[in-house]
Amino acid sequence: MRKSLLALTAGLLLAGSVSAASAADKLKVGFIYLGPIGDLGWTYQHDVGRQALVKELGDKIETTYLENVPEGPDAERAIEQLVRAGNKLIFTTSFGYMDPTLKVAKKYPNVHFEHATGYKRDKNMSTYSAKWYQGRYIQGLIAAKMSKSGVLGYIGSFPIPEVVSGINATILAAQTINPNIKVKIIWANTWFDPGKEADAAKALIDQGADVIMQHTDSPAAMQIASERGKLAFGQDSEMIKFGPKTQLTSILDTWGPYYIDRVKAELAGTWKSEDTWGGLDSHMFAMAPYTNMPDDVKKMAEDAQAAITAGKLHPFKCPIVAQDGKAVECKGGANLDDGQILGMNFYVKGIDDKLPGK
Amino acid sequence: MQLVLEKRAERSGTIALVSPLIAIGLTIVTMTILFAILGKNPLLALHAYFIAPLTDGYSLQEIAVKATPLVMIAIGLSLCYLANAWNIGAEGQFLIGAVAGSWIAVKTQGTDAGAWVLPAMLVLAAAAGALYALIPAICKVKFGASEILTSLMLVYVADLFLDYLVRGPWRDPHGFNFPTTAEFDPVATVPLLIEGGRLHLGSIIALLVVAAAAILLGRTIKGFEIRVVGAAPRAARFGGFNANQLIILTFAVSGALAGLAGIIEVAGPVGHLQPGISPGYGFTAIIVAFLGRLNPLGILIAGLFLALTFIGGEQAQIAMKIPLDVTKVFQGILLFYVLACDSLILYRFKLVFPNRQVARGTH
Repeated sequence: MRKSLLALTAGLLLAGSVSAASAADKLKVGFIYLGPIGDLGWTYQHDVGRQALVKELGDKIETTYLENVPEGPDAERAIEQLVRAGNKLIFTTSFGYMDPTLKVAKKYPNVHFEHATGYKRDKNMSTYSAKWYQGRYIQGLIAAKMSKSGVLGYIGSFPIPEVVSGINATILAAQTINPNIKVKIIWANTWFDPGKEADAAKALIDQGADVIMQHTDSPAAMQIASERGKLAFGQDSEMIKFGPKTQLTSILDTWGPYYIDRVKAELAGTWKSEDTWGGLDSHMFAMAPYTNMPDDVKKMAEDAQAAITAGKLHPFKCPIVAQDGKAVECKGGANLDDGQILGMNFYVKGIDDKLPGK
Repeated sequence: MQLVLEKRAERSGTIALVSPLIAIGLTIVTMTILFAILGKNPLLALHAYFIAPLTDGYSLQEIAVKATPLVMIAIGLSLCYLANAWNIGAEGQFLIGAVAGSWIAVKTQGTDAGAWVLPAMLVLAAAAGALYALIPAICKVKFGASEILTSLMLVYVADLFLDYLVRGPWRDPHGFNFPTTAEFDPVATVPLLIEGGRLHLGSIIALLVVAAAAILLGRTIKGFEIRVVGAAPRAARFGGFNANQLIILTFAVSGALAGLAGIIEVAGPVGHLQPGISPGYGFTAIIVAFLGRLNPLGILIAGLFLALTFIGGEQAQIAMKIPLDVTKVFQGILLFYVLACDSLILYRFKLVFPNRQVARGTH
């Protein structure tokens, strides 16, 4: 309750400061959010990005957001409402907005759209995403070092390639430390539902997992791990305040620089439809400080991060062996190529589970 | 001196007419205070909510699109409630209808099937919704099981069944594992009424349903039977009306309408089957049914009004940067006042002076 009140107050303050600066000739930039801006995860980080944008270019632009927009029949209307309110550049920040964004984009060829984490593009619709699997690899190394039981707990959202590649990267890394590492996976079938996420964390811990990782958006799992005296990784945002003795690190989505780049391009009239997939080197995301671990583990994590950033270490270095024991075709030379990672639909060997729908 | 609620001898016709107006008035007063506290111009905010959406064709279309499933489901529910049959599971019947209709769409995908596809989907969806609603109705009639509980529990069954289908057998093979079927073919899609808009044939069907319900309740013996069984069960028994038969009938009709609304939503605005196709339409429709006083025309107005608050809420978020939470508070306050004012139809305020009560006690 207090959290949501805080979020409400923050939202009001923000909203007030934005509207005070509104003027007719400013570029209008719209955002569609999946969760409430107070989810403290995915949507929160997008809104932090939007705030960075306002701070940088606030005198030239006006931003508007619609939060809590479900990925169903209402999404198309919400996007169109932003178009009709005069927004010329619109960021739709969840995978499920892909088809609605495309529909509206076809209808309004003079408005530019940016869709996060999807794969459909058009001449006025870009996509942008980050190579989070690089961060997952670092987490896999840490998890294998820190786990006493040798069992990791993983809360999945949906079995889409982005999530599957994260699980695979984690296990591939962990296997380099402990070849017998086990992972238990629970699909929450939601991006944001603190109740379900907490239940999943409890079930994983009851099954012997002592390091919890998640691909869902709230800090609920972190809180449960903290209560039970286990370790966990944050997701999307800095979650250390929910588990000061629990969080090992967190993958931080840092959208601000990308938003600023794209809006600058729009202002300059040089915006083009693009497919952006940034890694650690591009600052699309960052790792939170490595905490609650011995110095040698911390050093290992930092070294891995430096190696990935420099392009010396690739999480999907061939040979990659799938669950069925067969090596995956290596289309990228020494590594899997981007297309294989973006469409990843298999588990690597060592995951004792079945990919849903396989 | 005490202020008490006293039951009226008979329902007040005047209050029944003015109570929605009082409710809207009180909402406006409360929200004006709230907007003022938030530092927003109350007049502009109220304009964004109530007036702006009514002034352009696009928003009017969107209101109709949003109201269509609500009205269709609520009409069915009102028949149930009038007959004292408590169908709480319209959400489940909506989903099962969507699933049954989608089955044809999925199976005929890419086969160049003819124009029969959409009508077949609509018929199958209505039949599936009716059958699904008959489960709680028959359990009620045969075993005396509470239809409130059974119909509600079946919502979750339907929800998980849909979930299984779109994650498993019906999943779009090119959809990167996301839980959704492929986009339906044009022959499996509800036609649009206005080029470039989202208004679809479903809204016309909803209007026909409203008209049919008005005739059924106002002009037919069956309608009379439904109302008598609900209002005076004993009298109905003496009159030879079969209450159990009516439970079966009203459940089947409301299930059929919910199922029809489900497939129209999926084959219309959504275009494919996926989880989350209903933001709680089956439950919101319960509110619409009562807001409309279980009267077909009332339900039409209530459905449009509720849709207006959704669309207006979004426009207020955009135009006034009012957070979503405030628009939800707004909707909550409005419903609260409507229900509170409705209690004045049957009750009235009365000042009671304690000394007078004592005096009466000495008689």
